[in-house]
Amino acid sequence: MLKVDNLSGGYGKEPIVKNISFSVEKGEVLGILGPNGSGKSTLLKIISGILPKLEGTVEIDGKDSAVYSQKQFARKVAVLPQLHAHAFSHSVKDTVALGRYPHQSGLFSSWSNEDERAVNEALAYTGVTRYSDTPIELLSGGEQQRVFVAQALAQEAPILLLDEPTNHLDIAHQQQLLDTIRKQKNEKGVTVVSVFHDINLASLYCDRLLLMENGRIATIGDPKDVIQETTIGTVYNARVKTQPHPELPKPQMTLLPDTKEEEKPFTVNKQQFTVSADHVSFKVDQPLKTISSAVTNPGMGWYRAFVNRHVDANYNADDVKAEMADYLGKRGYHLTDTVGMMTAVTTEHAEIGEYKGEFGSVLIMVTAGVGNAVDVSESLTRDREQRIGTINTWVIVNGHLPDEAFIQAMITATEAKTKALQTEDIKDPLTGTIATGTSTDSLLIAATQEGEHLPYAGPITPLGKLIGHGVYDSTVRAVQAYKKAKVWPS
Amino acid sequence: MNKATIAYIVSAATLIVAVWLGVSIGTVKIPIQTFWDSTDTTASNILWKIRMPRVILAGLVGASLAIAGAAFQGLLKNPLADPYTLGVSSGASVGAVMTLFFGLSIPILGPYTLPVFSMAGAALTMFLVIGFAKLVDRSMKMETIILTGIIFGSFLGSVLSLMIALTGEELRQIIGWLLGSVSMRSWNYILMVLPFVVIGSFILWLNRRELNAMLFGEERAHHLGVNVKRRKFMILIGGSVLTGSAVAVSGTIGFVGLVVPHMTRLMWGSDHRHLLTLSFMNGASLLIICDLIARTIISPTELPVGVITAFIGAPVFAYIFYRQRRKGAM
Repeated sequence: MLKVDNLSGGYGKEPIVKNISFSVEKGEVLGILGPNGSGKSTLLKIISGILPKLEGTVEIDGKDSAVYSQKQFARKVAVLPQLHAHAFSHSVKDTVALGRYPHQSGLFSSWSNEDERAVNEALAYTGVTRYSDTPIELLSGGEQQRVFVAQALAQEAPILLLDEPTNHLDIAHQQQLLDTIRKQKNEKGVTVVSVFHDINLASLYCDRLLLMENGRIATIGDPKDVIQETTIGTVYNARVKTQPHPELPKPQMTLLPDTKEEEKPFTVNKQQFTVSADHVSFKVDQPLKTISSAVTNPGMGWYRAFVNRHVDANYNADDVKAEMADYLGKRGYHLTDTVGMMTAVTTEHAEIGEYKGEFGSVLIMVTAGVGNAVDVSESLTRDREQRIGTINTWVIVNGHLPDEAFIQAMITATEAKTKALQTEDIKDPLTGTIATGTSTDSLLIAATQEGEHLPYAGPITPLGKLIGHGVYDSTVRAVQAYKKAKVWPS
Repeated sequence: MNKATIAYIVSAATLIVAVWLGVSIGTVKIPIQTFWDSTDTTASNILWKIRMPRVILAGLVGASLAIAGAAFQGLLKNPLADPYTLGVSSGASVGAVMTLFFGLSIPILGPYTLPVFSMAGAALTMFLVIGFAKLVDRSMKMETIILTGIIFGSFLGSVLSLMIALTGEELRQIIGWLLGSVSMRSWNYILMVLPFVVIGSFILWLNRRELNAMLFGEERAHHLGVNVKRRKFMILIGGSVLTGSAVAVSGTIGFVGLVVPHMTRLMWGSDHRHLLTLSFMNGASLLIICDLIARTIISPTELPVGVITAFIGAPVFAYIFYRQRRKGAM
C-alpha cells in the first residue's frame, strides 16, 4: 500500500533522514519510534509531501506519489497532526467537513449526500456528534484532537499518517484515540503509519515497529524484536528493562532510574521474625522482591511484611481474600505492602532457620501440617475433600536474583520439601504411598535484590545448595514438631 | 431559515439602507421619488451625477478593502492583517503617485495605467512584506507580520513624502488624495475600478474553501489536499488587485479591511464561504456610512473619509490585539 524506497530528505541540503526503505501492507499499523531528533517526524513529513525529498521514491498504492495532484493525494492519504492552537473559531462540524475538500471539485462544488454521510459517520465514529455546532476552541484538548481525527476520517483515505497523535492527551483520551484508529484498521482495512513518542503505546497498538536513529533505520520488525533492552538502551541512550504486558503478548519497557545510591545496602536476618499467638510475621524496612502463591498479594511484587496466619481447622469464610484483608488491616498491616498466607498449624510449631553461605544467607520459615498429605503421582485417581492441612514454606534470600533464579529456587525448595516428607515417612492416607506434599501447600521466595548477583538457584549452585539443605532441614523439624503435637502414630 | 441566509438578508438590507441614506442626506434632501421621477431636474442631477457615483464608489472601495482584509487575515491566520496594516495600501499609493509623478501612461492600458501601477505596487509590497516576515520568523507570528507591515509602510510613506516635496502645483491634489477620499469622483472612476473589483473578488471567492483549510495552518491545508503554493499566490494577487484598484481611486483609507471582517466574523462566524461575500457587502455599507459622516459632520467642510475610518478602526485594532494577546493563542 505504501512503499518507501531509499528515501533521503529534510529541510535543507543536508538530509535529515537517510536511505530509508520500508513498505507497509494494506491494513497494517506501522509505528515509527526514535529519540528526539532522530528524524521520525521528518520522515512522515517527506512522505506526506510537506518536506522535499532529495533522493528515493514514495509509492502510494502502486504509483509514485509525485504523479498525484494535491487533491488526488489527499484522497489516498489522510494526515493527523499533533494538537495545536488556531486563531479563528470554527464549529466542529465545519472543521470535520473540511475533510471532504479533496472530494469536491468545480466552481460551486455542491455538498453531496456522500459528503454529508462521510462527515456524519466520522462525527459519530469519534463520538463528537453532540458537539457538532460547538466552536472548536471551547472543547478540551482531548476532544479537539478527536475532532481532527474525525476530519482525517472524513477524508476516507485508505492510508492514515499520524504524527504523535496522542501528544498532550491524558491516558483516557490516548486510549480512545488509538482504539478508534485500530478500529478503522479492523473494520475498513485502513493502513496506518504513526510516529510515537511513547514506546509502550506503540508496542500495544502497532503490528510492526520502525526504530530510527540519526535519520536511519536502526531496526524494523515485530514489536518484540524491536523493543529489546539492548536495542532501546543504545538507541535512546537510556537504561531500560523490558517485560511482557500482563494481559497481552506485547513487550513493554520501563526505565531504570538511578536511585540505587539513595538507598543504603541492607540485609535481612532471623531477628526480624516475630511469632505471636495467631501469626508468624517477618517485617523489613525495604521491600523485597517476592514471588508466592499466598492468599493476599500472590504472584510477583515488592513487599515489606510477610504474614503466616494460623486459622482454626474449621475456618470457613465466603470470601477468604476479603476476610484475610480485614484480618491484616485490623493488625496494622498495610495491605499493598503485605503478603499473607494461612495455615491450620499453630504458630508455636513454625520452624525458622538462618543458613549462611559464602555469598550471604538464606532465611527459611516452614509450618507443616501433614494431616492432609497427598501423593501427587496418585492424585488423579482419587477424589478428595478440600481440607486445611498445609505446608507453608518461605525462602528469603540475601542476594540479587534474576527471574529464572526465582523459578529455580521454587523447584529446589519443592524438591527439598518432598524429600523431607519421604524422610519422615509421611504417607497419603488414601493410597498408602509416600506423600509428596499436601493439597494446599504454599511457597514464597523473596530476595533483597542487594549484594551478590546469584544467577541460578539449582541444587548445584551455592544458593541452591543452601535452599535445598535449609528447606529440607526446616521441614523435617516442622513435621516432627507437628507429629509430636498430634501424637503421631509411628 | 439558517444562519447564513439570515446573514445575507441582514447585510443586503443594511447595504440598501446605507445606499439610500448616502444618496438622500446632504445639504439638499433628495426625496425618494427622484429615482423614477425626473421632473425635479436639480434633485435628479444631484442624485445621478453627484451622490450616486460617490456612494457607489465608496461602496466599491469599502467592499474591496473589506474582502481583501478578510482574505489576508485568513491566509495569514492573523486577525490584525488588512491592506493598511500590512503596508500594502502604501505600496499601492507609491505605485499610483509614481504614475502621476512621472506622468506615466502606457498606451494599451490607457486610463487603466494608474490602477495597474497601483496594483503592481500593492502586489510587490505584499510579497516583500511576507517574504521579509518569513525571513525574520519562520512561524510568522502576528506581531512580526504587523511590524514588518509598519516598517515597509513607513519607508514607502517617506518615498511618498519625497515625491510630494519634489512636485509643485499638483501638491495639494496629491495630499488630499492621500488622506483618502471618494469625493468629486465621476462615473469614469467607477468604470475604471469596477472590472478589477469584480476580478479580484472573484479570485478570492474561488479560494473560499481553501481559506477555510488554511485557517488550520498551511501544513494542515496541504494535508487536506490544498495546493497551498498556488492558492496562496492567487489570494495574494486577488488581494493586491483589490487594494491597488481601491487606492487608485480613493487613496489610502485605513482599517476598513480590519474592522469589517472582524465584525462580520463576530456576528456570523469565520466560514469563508460566507465571510468573504458578507465582508464585501458590509464593507460597502460601512464606507458609504463613513463617507456620509465625513461630508456631513462639520458641514459645509468635508473631512477625508480616512479620518473617520481610522477613528473607528484604531480602537478596534487595539481591542483585537488585546484580546489575542490575552487569549495567548498566538
